Amino acid sequence: MQGFVRACSFVVALGGAAVVQAADITGAGATFPYPIYSKWAEIYKAKTNVGLNYQSIGSGGGIKQIKAKTVDFGASDMPLKAEELEKDGLVQFPAVIGGVVPVVNLDGVAPGAMKMTGAVLADIYLGKIKKWNDPAIVALNTGVKLPDENITVVRRADGSGTTFLFTNYLSKVSVEWKDKVGMGTAVQWPEGVGGKGNEGVASYVQRIKGGIGYVEYAYAKKNKMIHLSLKNKAGEYVQPDDLTFQAAAAYAEWSKVPGFGEILTEQPGKTSWPITGASFVLMHKVQADAAKGGEVLKFFDWAFKNGQKTAEDLDYVALPAALVKQIDVAWRSGLKDASGHPIWK
Amino acid sequence: MRAQRFQDALFHQTTRFFAFSVLAILAAILGSLLYGAWPAIKEFGFGFPFSAEWNPVTDKFGGLISVYGTLSTSVIALVVAIPVSFGIAVFLTELCPPVLRSPLGVAVELLAAVPSIIYGMWGLFVFAPLFADYVQPALSATLGNVPFVGALFQGPKNGIGVLSAGLILAVMVIPFIASVMRDVFEVVPGILKESAYGLGATTWEVVWNVVLPYTRVGVIGGVMLGLGRALGETMAVTFVIGNAHRISPSLYEAGNSIASTLANEFAEAASDLHVASLIALGLILFFVTFVVLALSKLLLMRLGRMEGEKT
Repeated sequence: MQGFVRACSFVVALGGAAVVQAADITGAGATFPYPIYSKWAEIYKAKTNVGLNYQSIGSGGGIKQIKAKTVDFGASDMPLKAEELEKDGLVQFPAVIGGVVPVVNLDGVAPGAMKMTGAVLADIYLGKIKKWNDPAIVALNTGVKLPDENITVVRRADGSGTTFLFTNYLSKVSVEWKDKVGMGTAVQWPEGVGGKGNEGVASYVQRIKGGIGYVEYAYAKKNKMIHLSLKNKAGEYVQPDDLTFQAAAAYAEWSKVPGFGEILTEQPGKTSWPITGASFVLMHKVQADAAKGGEVLKFFDWAFKNGQKTAEDLDYVALPAALVKQIDVAWRSGLKDASGHPIWK
Repeated sequence: MRAQRFQDALFHQTTRFFAFSVLAILAAILGSLLYGAWPAIKEFGFGFPFSAEWNPVTDKFGGLISVYGTLSTSVIALVVAIPVSFGIAVFLTELCPPVLRSPLGVAVELLAAVPSIIYGMWGLFVFAPLFADYVQPALSATLGNVPFVGALFQGPKNGIGVLSAGLILAVMVIPFIASVMRDVFEVVPGILKESAYGLGATTWEVVWNVVLPYTRVGVIGGVMLGLGRALGETMAVTFVIGNAHRISPSLYEAGNSIASTLANEFAEAASDLHVASLIALGLILFFVTFVVLALSKLLLMRLGRMEGEKT
C-alpha cells in the first residue's frame, strides 16, 4: 500500500515537473539560423527564465515537424508558397537574414579581389567553363593572374536552404540553368563533388586546388576563405558583408508576398548582395495552447528588438525595423487561439 | 523435480523467443522498407534500379548510380583487401617470430575497432591530399596508358572519388578479413603442415596446398564478412566518394553509394517521392546484401559437395 502511495506521489511529481518544463518553447528546422537562435535563447533564458529547445534538423524536417504539430514553431530557409501555408493553416514570417558567398581555392588571389558575374558562375556550375584561365573569367578580371588550372565545382550533397538560395539566384541570371537544372533545396547537379553541410563544402574547397563552392557567409568568414566579389542587378561589383545583405533586404517588397515569402536574390540597388536570403519561422494559425504560442512570439519580438548586436556578432543581419513592424501587424491578425481571439495584442 | 522441469521449459521458451524475435525484426524491417518504398515502386516500377536519373526538381528518381557506386567501391575494397589480409594472416600464423605475433595481432584487431567516422575524416584530410599528390598522378602515368583499363585511371586528381572510397573501405575491411583468416589458419593441425614441410614443400606450397584448402570455408566466410561491411559502410564513404549522382568511366570521378546517398539526403528530402525513393534504395541494399550472403552460402555448399566427391 505504502509503495502504491509512493508511486502515485512520484507520478504527481513527474506531472509537476512537466508543468514547469512546459514554459520552455520548442522549435525545429533549418540549420542555418541555429547558431543565432541558440545564442538568442541563451540570453533570453537568463532574462525571462523561458528556454528554447531548438533542434537543427534541416528545413525539410522543420516543415514536417510543424505540420505534425510536434514543435511550437518550425524553421525553414525556403519560404513556403501561399497555397501551402493556406492548406496547412500556417503563418510564416522571416526571423533573420544572411547571405550565400561563392568561395574559391586559388593561389595568389586575395579574398574579394576576384570578380564574378552570375552568368559566368552559372556556366561554371553547368560545366561549360572548365579552366580558371577561360576567356570569360579572364575578361572580368584584368590584372588578376589566373592559373591554367581545372575548376572543381563543389556543392552541397544534402538538401539545404543554402542550395535553394544559390540555385534560385542561378535560375534568375541564367536561362540555361533554369531550363536544365532549375532550383530547389536539392537539384540534379550537372557537375562537381558534393560536401555535406556548409562545413563539408568549406573543407572540400579548402582541400581541392582550383575548387569553387558556395557557403553561408559566416562559414566563409570563420574559415578565412577566398570569397568572390559578385556583380549585382544594378551592375555593380559588391562584397558580401552585413551592409550589402541589409541593402538587399531593404529593397524587398515584403508586404506584396503572402507570408513574407520574399526571396532576396538578385534584388535591385547599387549595394545589394545578389545571393541574400531570409530564414523563416512557421507557426500554426490556430494556437491550441495560446499561452505557449504567445511565448514563442514574445521570444521573437524580444529578439527582433534586442538581438541585433548578437546577430551582427555572428555575421547575421537583423531584420530592418520597418519589416519588424509589418511582422507585428501580421501576428495581430494572423495568430488566433482556439476560440478565435488574437494571441498577440 | 517438477520445478526443474518447469525451469527447463521456461528456459527453452525464452531462448526460442529470443531466436524468433530476430526473425520477426527482420520481417518487420523488410515490411516497413517495402511500405515506405511503395510510392516509388508504384511510380517508377521495376525500372527503378536501372534508371540513372536522380532529379529532385522534377521528382524523377532511379537507383542505378547508387547501386553502381556501392558495388564498384566494394569490389575495389575486396580486390585490395583480400591479398593484403591473406598476407597478414600467413605472416602471423606461419612466418612471424613469436614475440611479434601478439602485438601485431592486437594491432590488426584494434584497426577493426576504429569508428568509421574516424576513417572518413582521416580519409578526407590525410589520405586524400597524399593520394591526389602522389598516387593518382603515378597511376595515371602507368596504368592510365594500358588499353581498356586506362580510362579507369584518368580524370580529376583531387583525391576524392570512387577509387579513394574503395581504398578507404579496403583499409576498413582488412582487419575483419585478416583476423578471421588468421583464426582459421591457426586451427590447421600441425601434423598436416609438418608432413608437407617434411616432404620438402616450401612455405608458399604449404599455405597454398595445405592450409588454404583446409580452411576454405572459413576464409570465404571472412571475405563475406568484409564484403558485408563494405556494402553498408556509410560515414567513411560519404566523406571521400564525392557525393555526385553520376556514373563515369573514370574511378577518379566522384560517385555515390546507396549508403552515402541515404546519409546525405534523407534528412532534407523534400517531396514524398524523394523519401520513398531513398527508402527504395535502402530496400535494394537489403536485397544486394541478402543476395551476396545467399551466393556465399551456395558457394560453400558447392565446395562441400565437391569435397565429398573427391574422397
